[in-house]
Amino acid sequence: MTAATGTPIATTVRAPSRRRHGDTVFHGIVVVAAGFVLVLIAAIAVFLIAQAVPAIDKVGWRFFTEETWFPDAEPARFGIAALAFGTVLSSALALAMAVPVALGCALFLTELAPRRLGRYVGYLLDLLAAVPSVVYGLWGVFVLVPALVPVQRGIDGAVGGVVPVFDSRNGVYGRSIFAASVVLAIMVLPIVAALAREVFRQVPRAHREAAFALGATRWEVIKLAVLPYGRSGIVGAIMLGFGRALGETIAVALVLAASFSIDIHIFEPGGNTIAANIATKFGEAGQTGRNALIASGLVLFAITLLVNVIARGIVYRSAVAAEGKP
Amino acid sequence: MTSPAMAARFSGARRRRRVVNAAACGLLSAAVVVALIPLVAVLSYVVGRGTEALSIEFLTHSMKGVGPLDDAGGAYHAILGTLEQVAIAAVLAVPLGLAVAVYIVEYGGGRFAYAVRFLVDVMTGLPSIVAGLFIFAFWVLALDKGFSGLAAGLSLAVLMLPVVVRTSEEMLRLVPHELREAGYALGVPRWRTTISVVLPTASAGITTGVMLAVARVTGETAPLLLTAFGYDAIRRSPFEGPQSGLPLYVFSQAGSAFDVAVRRAWAGALTLIVIVLVLTVTARLLAGRSRLPNS
Repeated sequence: MTAATGTPIATTVRAPSRRRHGDTVFHGIVVVAAGFVLVLIAAIAVFLIAQAVPAIDKVGWRFFTEETWFPDAEPARFGIAALAFGTVLSSALALAMAVPVALGCALFLTELAPRRLGRYVGYLLDLLAAVPSVVYGLWGVFVLVPALVPVQRGIDGAVGGVVPVFDSRNGVYGRSIFAASVVLAIMVLPIVAALAREVFRQVPRAHREAAFALGATRWEVIKLAVLPYGRSGIVGAIMLGFGRALGETIAVALVLAASFSIDIHIFEPGGNTIAANIATKFGEAGQTGRNALIASGLVLFAITLLVNVIARGIVYRSAVAAEGKP
Repeated sequence: MTSPAMAARFSGARRRRRVVNAAACGLLSAAVVVALIPLVAVLSYVVGRGTEALSIEFLTHSMKGVGPLDDAGGAYHAILGTLEQVAIAAVLAVPLGLAVAVYIVEYGGGRFAYAVRFLVDVMTGLPSIVAGLFIFAFWVLALDKGFSGLAAGLSLAVLMLPVVVRTSEEMLRLVPHELREAGYALGVPRWRTTISVVLPTASAGITTGVMLAVARVTGETAPLLLTAFGYDAIRRSPFEGPQSGLPLYVFSQAGSAFDVAVRRAWAGALTLIVIVLVLTVTARLLAGRSRLPNS
């Protein structure tokens, strides 16, 4: 029973084959624990669906097209269109800002930095990831938002007339989707950097040395050997960062001035995300309101699950490929 | 072969390559500086504003009976709540996570183990608000247990579990095969070998992983909002009624329109960040003492 399940790590030597009660019991315990993980994920889906259905029943398909959020009104009017839009928009903007910097950090740590310096910088990036999101939110709303106002006004003044995205029609800036994206960017940066660093570490030494032997400069080594080898791993890392940004709640809830409309003017105060809306509306929500929030959370769960499954799939494939070619 | 003109072209190309290389390396180094600016900015603001507002009174008083404009009250009830909630989460998630990691490393290899490992990885990406919603839907609504510190602990345990599994798994994989083989050669049963040889060898690394997981969930706000709900007075028991938590306290004070509340938010943020960073840094220092190779 014990040694027959798959190939354990110590395949070179079979554990004593004589059946022992201790082994049977212990094996049973750890299998049940492992099975619990599957049960847990299934339970999350089941209980969210069970509580979401009563709310979705009230509005039907409009749940996906409605922008406003009045679940406790009679008749109830609410939907996730604006929330989903804001969630994806703010996360995408955050990634656009964070990814170049994160990849730069990862390349600096693996390709340029002396060992010791690299280790210390790595610790500091880990600290950036360790700061709680509520602290980022507090700092974001009281320090970053005022600091970003002149930046947004400047960009608006320069190109706002031509590019409507950067235009603030009422001349007010501040607690905008853009400000939320900057906070999100800071928060996903260390995550993407850490994952990308793992990817670059897997690049075989021989590939780098081959490029150096041909007279390549450091940058050419990165361009010719490191980046192509790590491409799919980088895609996975970016998607995992995207998943993290989609689900971030508290920092966004503090920074954004909530509004419920699909609006591409990223410098104007307003906008909202699924997660932030749950945090801000939960306290005042009635029966239907809570069910509606759970329904929106179910959508968030489905989106992040999809993103994570695809991203992990890519990372697993690239890891297997990396082990295949030594 | 090489005319002067060609030599000039080559040296021009070489210079261009050198310039491009220098520019690229400069950009990569600049990325690190850009990434560390927010860390310095956040920490300096939290320490600066936090120390202004932090006091013994803040650490020893709750918000019971504090009016919206009073410059009084503190986070004692919230700190107490956080300690209880995180302890509950750790008590649940650490043994379970360890058992899952032992299964994956010591007994795994088949399709089931692969599926478990994959799902644990996927679970690390579970948004914390969804963990809160799940416990709200399951514990608070379906089982009708109401808001409590225990509910908060459950939601934090859901978030902690995948982190504990992943870090323990990595540490167990670093334990040399020879140690296991030595145990088997002595006729020690497999489960005894796992408990008395493999786990102790990996214990430093596992402790680090657990502390990092604890640090991570200590700062979680979103799940507390939906499970502990918040409470102004001291509530010692996590098993009955709404409770506060430090991150939740910071969130609610930060959302207030009054300066006195925002001051309390900064003081709470400083307290929170000190707890989290002390845990994180201690964990790293412990990792340096590991008995395992290249951990």
